[in-house]
Amino acid sequence: MVKSLEELAKIREQAKKALAAREGEAETKIVVGMGTCGIAAGAREVMAAILDELAKRDLGTVTVTQTGCVGLCDKEPLVDVIKPGQPKVTYGRVDAERARRIVAQHVVNDQVVGEWVVGTSS
Amino acid sequence: MRFYRAHVLVCAGTNCSLKGSQAVRQRLLNELEEVGLADEVKVVETGCFGLCEQGPTVVVYPEGVLYCRVTPDDVPELVREHLLKGRRLERLLYREEAEKAVQTVPQVDFFRGQQRIVLRNCGVIDPESIEEYIAHGGYEALGKALTEMKPAEVVAELKASGLRGRGGAGFPTGLKWEFAAKAQGDVKYIVCNADEGEPGTFKDRLILEGDPHAVLEGMAIAGYAVGARKGYIYIRGEYALSIERLEEAIKQARKMNFLGDGVFGTEFAFDVEVRVGAGAYVCGEETALFESLEGRRGEPRLKPPYPTERGLFGKPTVINNVETLANVAPIILNGAEWYRGFGTEGSPGTKVFTLTGDIVSEGLIEVPMGITLREIVFGIGGGIPGGRAFKMAQTGGTSGGCLPAELLDVPMDYDELAKAGSALGSGALLIMDDTHCIVDIARVFARFFEHESCGKCVPCREGTMRIHDIMTRIATGRAGEKDLDNLEALARTMTMACLCPLGQAAPVPIMTTLKYFREEYDAHIKEKRCPTGTCRDLAAPAATPAAGKGV
Repeated sequence: MVKSLEELAKIREQAKKALAAREGEAETKIVVGMGTCGIAAGAREVMAAILDELAKRDLGTVTVTQTGCVGLCDKEPLVDVIKPGQPKVTYGRVDAERARRIVAQHVVNDQVVGEWVVGTSS
Repeated sequence: MRFYRAHVLVCAGTNCSLKGSQAVRQRLLNELEEVGLADEVKVVETGCFGLCEQGPTVVVYPEGVLYCRVTPDDVPELVREHLLKGRRLERLLYREEAEKAVQTVPQVDFFRGQQRIVLRNCGVIDPESIEEYIAHGGYEALGKALTEMKPAEVVAELKASGLRGRGGAGFPTGLKWEFAAKAQGDVKYIVCNADEGEPGTFKDRLILEGDPHAVLEGMAIAGYAVGARKGYIYIRGEYALSIERLEEAIKQARKMNFLGDGVFGTEFAFDVEVRVGAGAYVCGEETALFESLEGRRGEPRLKPPYPTERGLFGKPTVINNVETLANVAPIILNGAEWYRGFGTEGSPGTKVFTLTGDIVSEGLIEVPMGITLREIVFGIGGGIPGGRAFKMAQTGGTSGGCLPAELLDVPMDYDELAKAGSALGSGALLIMDDTHCIVDIARVFARFFEHESCGKCVPCREGTMRIHDIMTRIATGRAGEKDLDNLEALARTMTMACLCPLGQAAPVPIMTTLKYFREEYDAHIKEKRCPTGTCRDLAAPAATPAAGKGV
């Protein structure tokens, strides 16, 4: 039951979050390497963990996409975190646990998790 | 709340459904399950996307990549390539030219020339989800009207917007509402005319399928503005999907109390009921529609009294077309001035057209009023296929006029088209290339009206029969010069004396084709020759077929 414009606005804000993926690419972007090499190394679990972590933290506005093999098969699963105005950070040998920490530390708190970084580029 | 990294929008409008979009959707669900992506990727059924020619269409977000003519057998590859590995599936991308694959929705010419107000949510939201409608600003206009505006202010806003009836007649909507608001009586009704019977028109169907809440919201605002508590949607029985989605939308709106008693915590109460028609062209005429709604045979009433004075069940009634009602919420939300920023002085806003016939991109479009026919046909529509020449466009459905190539630059609005002897009408745009015979086409229109005349008034019942008879004689080489005079006399009589717009408009396609393609009539009558070789009872065309008035 919606009894006022304020109540409607609340429902709208909630509903908007569920549709964020359709608004085009958001400011913060996470890209998971999903070539054969990445998937074999566990990229599927990494992807699941990232999505789960974003949902828990209600970060519906982060775009998560996947990409093919970038050639660094040895370091798969690879995860890129791209934040506006900052160079792209690529993490290597990410597992579900690391993925959750990357979300918490880098995506939320803006602190790059130095130990797993394989490279940065702008 | 579940977080989906990708949304796959499958068009489930009637056109794409006919091309198998349901099977595509099912296969998508199965395939996502199989590769373990069901929890990461959301499949959404949407209303018509407009690009019917290229259907079934599938759009993958967040990238917004547009895939066309997707078959169930394409799905495994699409899922594995795009959703699993993140590579676009080149072979299914939308192409405007053979070598140039367009990738995402905003890059497509078909959409670039459009201005979407009525179709704002079509192909964008899941029409069966009230939450998605609300996420795009839904029901805010109703809330604003009820809590911040007086009924008279709502009427004034509509009047100032200059919105005119999109069913075809173009009567100012605000004025209609004002008449009904001022009419005496405790009981008043809002009726949504969804009896879209004009051949070649399917906009109302796709609006209702794609965004049913927009129409419900418009009706509720109308109810508040004129003091009605009850609304009816009279819809064609053939529109199964629209009916289903409307029923679902009404249920959802009642549950959230956008319909029912005490809407937005105010005194306002309004409810809507869907009534299904049994399929008669004349029931799209407002008074015949009332007769049918009341349980009688669908025949027009004498006017006056007009519906705003004595309409449904003899009570003051506002009857508006689907598209008109879908314009209401944006006008209330953004104001009349904003709305006047689109279109022309006399015809503000946009118009939804259905493009059919000999045109590259058949489908559903929404453009600002006043755009030229040329921009629609050769810009958005992509031109005539197979390198043929444009011969004519019929605007407004069967009861509209036929425009030749010389009038390609006529602005598409109520007044300019009326000057050209045609009408904006329902928004059907039937495009024909130079292989079609004008006489043959006009004969088919004449047969349609003879069949659909309800028979209540003599000029229509007899006139439509005589016109068909004369057209058949012209097409079979049995007509003389006198027959053209007879046609003109019949047309004059019918325009003046017929009871309703069916009979009044029946001669329009005949008279406009006679006006603009006289030489083709003459070839049939004087030379007993059909220039395109369509009319089989006549002599074959000369060695080089007359190309009509192509460009």
